[in-house]
Amino acid sequence: MKELKKTSLFEAHKRYGAKMIDFSGWVLPLQYEGITAEHEAVRNFAGLFDVSHMGEVEVKGNEAFDFVQNLITNDASILEDHQVIYTLMCYPYGGVVDDLLVYKFTNKHFYLVINASNVEKDFNWMKQNLGNYDVELTNISDNVSEMAIQGPNAEKILQKLTDTDLSTIKFFYCKKDVKVAGANCLISRTGYTGEDGFEIYLSHEDAETVWDKLLKVGKEFGLKPAGLGARDTLRFEATLPLYGNELSENITPLEAGLGFFVKLDKQNFIGKEALLKQKEEGLKRKIVGFEMIDRGIPRHGYDVIADGRNIGFVTTGYSAITVKKNIGLAMVDIEYAKLGTPIEIKVRKKNLKAKVISKKFYTKNYKK
Amino acid sequence: MKILEGLYYSKDHEWIKVDEGKAYIGITDYAQKALGEIVYVEMPEIDDELNVGDVFGVIESVKAASDSYTPVSGKVIEINEELEDSPQLLNENPYESWIFVIEMRDKSELENLMSSEEYEEFLKTESH
Repeated sequence: MKELKKTSLFEAHKRYGAKMIDFSGWVLPLQYEGITAEHEAVRNFAGLFDVSHMGEVEVKGNEAFDFVQNLITNDASILEDHQVIYTLMCYPYGGVVDDLLVYKFTNKHFYLVINASNVEKDFNWMKQNLGNYDVELTNISDNVSEMAIQGPNAEKILQKLTDTDLSTIKFFYCKKDVKVAGANCLISRTGYTGEDGFEIYLSHEDAETVWDKLLKVGKEFGLKPAGLGARDTLRFEATLPLYGNELSENITPLEAGLGFFVKLDKQNFIGKEALLKQKEEGLKRKIVGFEMIDRGIPRHGYDVIADGRNIGFVTTGYSAITVKKNIGLAMVDIEYAKLGTPIEIKVRKKNLKAKVISKKFYTKNYKK
Repeated sequence: MKILEGLYYSKDHEWIKVDEGKAYIGITDYAQKALGEIVYVEMPEIDDELNVGDVFGVIESVKAASDSYTPVSGKVIEINEELEDSPQLLNENPYESWIFVIEMRDKSELENLMSSEEYEEFLKTESH
């Protein structure tokens, strides 16, 4: 078996009683106290996540902007310095290489945050598309620790450890060289739970100290360490897509309902032609939300049935914690995508009744 | 990890309590902890004929669905309907919350199960 990678917070997780699992080659906490308690802490107070497994690629050079603009579906030209956008990288045929955050420091310096399971693939993809751009790409994934503090109390808690006025960091903006408990950090007001909060990038040496101090000062504000389990239930309720579930090389961003992040009026980017064509011809399938009517919990990969035939598959399903319903997301043939359409989910041997509902399972609570 | 004396245990972490040819079947404290928060229990149906090793149902935690296996053969004569609305009882009281009752077909099958002491030893080899 391949040796699992440990984050700089591995020892801290053990101290906090985490149940550790193998995730994309990393040993990471699934949960500490329990997924429900951690999920609710993030919705009502705050949660602290170790997301050091995420990958980071630095893009530097005279043509950094042009390179990034060609690589992604979203429009980097609208970005101010120190602004961040969510975007996708596509193959020429429209399938998704990965979803990512693009941090713009200047036109000559960007920072791309990519999924742990895709780091190698993504980095190769970027190198493959480097062409003659005057750009230097560096995969700094192994040099960076990352944690996320998420929830309505996130700002109050983090503010205790820094002199930087966090209220000046707006939603989807970042700030470099912020001192948190003395450690030098890159901080962005971003996250993956549907709540307000910050992502903190720092060196491995400082990670455990900052982690411990945050949990200490955050205690009175209800801060709890939270694992991958809660991260997934939270992001699912907030309808944030997950690579490998709602997104893959076989799913286009338009089918995933992420057309907002695909700027087809932009001059050019990899995949534009295919996506333009798909839009003109009309989608044949798309991701919808659904709710179980019969008792049973839908899970990733289950078949979706209607009119006695297979019309799609579940991309994510849960007994949702805040929403308190058995709900899911599914890729279905377009004629079954309308709200209210009766469908069935094949839960093991039985076809259970469900219906298509709005994907807005939970109203996001961002501080804009 | 709580282990009760006087019960039989399977390698799949079920406990079995025998009462005059009837076997009450539930999951152990170890199993409930390993599964995490249980949100749904799919139980067998009354009159189902089950053999050792058959999947009798599915226990779903927040995270995933896990098959559960029949530790002794026979006919299902009762299911614990309370678990339909309160699956979390398996977390709270694993040894009070039997899932279903089987009318045993072959009592000699009990010999293949573990005593509490043997199960305790077995758990030591399972944990790593």
